[in-house]
Amino acid sequence: MSTADAVTGYSVAASAVSLNGLRKIYGDVVAVENVDLEVRAGEIHALLGENGAGKTTLMRLLYGLTKPDAGSISIDGATVSITSPKIARAAGIGMVTQHFSLVKTMTVTENLALQDAGFFSLDLAGARRKLLALCEEIGLEIDPDARIDSLPVAMQQRVEILKALAGGCKVLILDEPTAVLGPQDVDSLLDVIRRLRDTIGLSVILITHKMHEISQVADRVSVLRRGEIVATENASGMSIASLTALMVEGVQQEIVETGERSSQGTSVLAIKDLTVHLRGHDVISELSLEVRRGEIVGIAGVSGNGQSELVQALSGVFVHQTGEIHVDGKLVKGGSPSAFAEAGFGRLGEDRHASAVSALTVEENLILDRLHFFSKPGILLKRKIRKFAEESITNFAIKAKPDQAIGTLSGGNMQKVLLARLFGERPLAAVVSQPTRGLDVVSTRYVRQLLMVERNTGVGILLVSEDLDEILELSDRILVIFKGKIVGEVARKDFDRIAIGAMMAGV
Amino acid sequence: MFKVKLRIALRANKSWWLSPVLIAIAIIFTFIISSAMIRWAGANPFAAFKYLLGSPLQSKFGITEAILSATPLVLTGGAVALAFRAGYWNIGAEGQLLAGAICATFVGLHADGIPHWLGIILMVIAGALGGMLWAFVPALLRSRLGIDEVVTTLLLNPVALLVVTGLLNGPWRNPKTKFPETQVLSENVFFPRVYPGSRIHLGLIIGIVALAICWWVVGRTAGGLKMRAVGLAPGAARIAGLKVEKTLFTTALASGAIAGIAGAGEVAGVAHQLTDGISPGFGYTGVVVATLAALSFPAVLLISFVLGIINVGSFSASRALSIPSTIGEVVQAVLLTTVVSALVFMKYRIVLDKGKHRD
Repeated sequence: MSTADAVTGYSVAASAVSLNGLRKIYGDVVAVENVDLEVRAGEIHALLGENGAGKTTLMRLLYGLTKPDAGSISIDGATVSITSPKIARAAGIGMVTQHFSLVKTMTVTENLALQDAGFFSLDLAGARRKLLALCEEIGLEIDPDARIDSLPVAMQQRVEILKALAGGCKVLILDEPTAVLGPQDVDSLLDVIRRLRDTIGLSVILITHKMHEISQVADRVSVLRRGEIVATENASGMSIASLTALMVEGVQQEIVETGERSSQGTSVLAIKDLTVHLRGHDVISELSLEVRRGEIVGIAGVSGNGQSELVQALSGVFVHQTGEIHVDGKLVKGGSPSAFAEAGFGRLGEDRHASAVSALTVEENLILDRLHFFSKPGILLKRKIRKFAEESITNFAIKAKPDQAIGTLSGGNMQKVLLARLFGERPLAAVVSQPTRGLDVVSTRYVRQLLMVERNTGVGILLVSEDLDEILELSDRILVIFKGKIVGEVARKDFDRIAIGAMMAGV
Repeated sequence: MFKVKLRIALRANKSWWLSPVLIAIAIIFTFIISSAMIRWAGANPFAAFKYLLGSPLQSKFGITEAILSATPLVLTGGAVALAFRAGYWNIGAEGQLLAGAICATFVGLHADGIPHWLGIILMVIAGALGGMLWAFVPALLRSRLGIDEVVTTLLLNPVALLVVTGLLNGPWRNPKTKFPETQVLSENVFFPRVYPGSRIHLGLIIGIVALAICWWVVGRTAGGLKMRAVGLAPGAARIAGLKVEKTLFTTALASGAIAGIAGAGEVAGVAHQLTDGISPGFGYTGVVVATLAALSFPAVLLISFVLGIINVGSFSASRALSIPSTIGEVVQAVLLTTVVSALVFMKYRIVLDKGKHRD
């Protein structure tokens, strides 16, 4: 297979890492089967696949976090047994995940020095020299004396990358690096990745769900499906459509008619002069907006401009705020989560793990926000609950049993349970935050169709997402948020990526 | 350099045999560690364990005394387990038990001329109210101001004991003997014996019923589901619209009420008066019971009985081998330590990192 790839056109380069016949089985689940993958020196190799396709397992094998059941890994042509991350790092493999491993109260230099530090030795000056030399070579700017917690997430991510490079990394694994970034930062990260390849010849394995990132930076792309590599191709020859087809081939897809878009209904959610004061300044200042019956209003903005705080205010996290929130014309008093629930307002938070009680079962999580409906008098109606759970599982295509702990579900299925809970309640209005973050293509499509269907039944939905494509696809109107204020409103017929992007940037 | 490193990792999948094996290992370690201490106290460990565990089971009297000794533990263990299930760390069952005993004693001192059935009901109500009253302030502080209930419930325990001794040395001092203990209560409030020829009293039945109710409420009612959700993930419960503070407050009061009934049971079923030794730490042992039972209500019943056996056995061991009777408490403490350690392995596993490392 590797010979076949080597002649596909891209300049033939030495192999930096090759995985030969890797297999990993968890219990009776085959996570990865007979995987051959070659990453060449100095290439950006994208790894694409649905959730559960085996991307993470593959990278865990490469980084020594788990051991293969069969197969081998070679680095620079020599077979290596990678049994721990330490060995992986010594062999020149670095990994940056969505969860950074930086000490937040230390400076950039200190964090770099820390990884080489012995028990009694700490070479701060050496680490600083190394850092500055690296920055110079790559063409990056970073303040070596800045404390990590004073840096924005995008910068922290760069420090994490620099740390891996300073540790002698030749092959860098980036696990969904753009999931934590806003749109502007994505472009500059992709630029950094390109520069790493061009200046120091780094090989990068880029794990991602996002097709346009692949077409922007990747040299080659491998597609994983159900634990097997189904294709390795030059990225330039692949269209988004063909990649999607490769990734989801054979997976059942439901196409739901979305119906006519019209937003002439009455106001179901009205926010008046909302101000949220946090960390010494107004993260939201005098924000007003309105969502009508049967429309989706998208909030577009670069992350960190008050979106999270807006959702939290609507979920009742900030009780002490100024301004008014009306649901269906009635003021929500107190602004606590239970007040919103009682007002018939549905909420889907940006972090599904924080919204589900992972040790409780799927059915218990499903009914958690309206126990009064499923109990009489205070006694849980087992049969009614089971029936509702089974209906939700069917209607929302959830792959789970009603009495299974929700923490054991995949991200997509967990999200579907939370959406089933939200819409099962027939809310008048709802706020939905990052509904497809981290989900695979099939789940993403499903969730989006579901939002359209609910909109068509009359629910007014406020959609907050950092994925501009998602907002453009679903919204009837877009409101652009910048520094805690709504700075623009665009109706669907006037949607224009560039114009909206400019507003998001505050231009 | 070749070296072996140990590290702790989350256990991905749990086998069915894991928990019985871990419990067995914990018990073996309990024997080993306690044996060393018994040896140190100058007795033969095997003989000591024969007395501790065996002797109470060899006679009907031993068994009934063990059940009697388990009775308050059923209630305090259940009270603590209930609170812990909701994530309310009530360490104050001891104080709540004493407060329940005080209120029950008040009823018992003023119960002349009332029917027996009414006396019993009033005792239970008084015990529950007393326990609730003692649990009220920490519950309020926790739910309104977020003040850690571990500290407040714990610190109120000695206060309750001081109130008991204050009453016994003041208004309630026995007028005849002048001892710091109340006079014998009205017979109208005595808990009836439920097994002829033994001291087992109504408190046991009340305890079992209370456990059954707790088990049912937690598993089958909306309130119980709220408690479990709040205990497992307060953040997610809040997002779902549950009133976390209200749930904690209600649970805390219910827990206090159950512990208070244990106090009423000791007064009305065993001592028939209030003394400052009414509870040799039943409330604290309740925390041990609930923990050993892994917060399962049926298991609380079983563990209470086991600890009851050890309590009774420790007296025979002490008499026969002339070692301190506190040996029973030592064994219980060691058992708690080993079982809690074993529970860690239920969740995590130790991984051996072998291989050559460059240092």
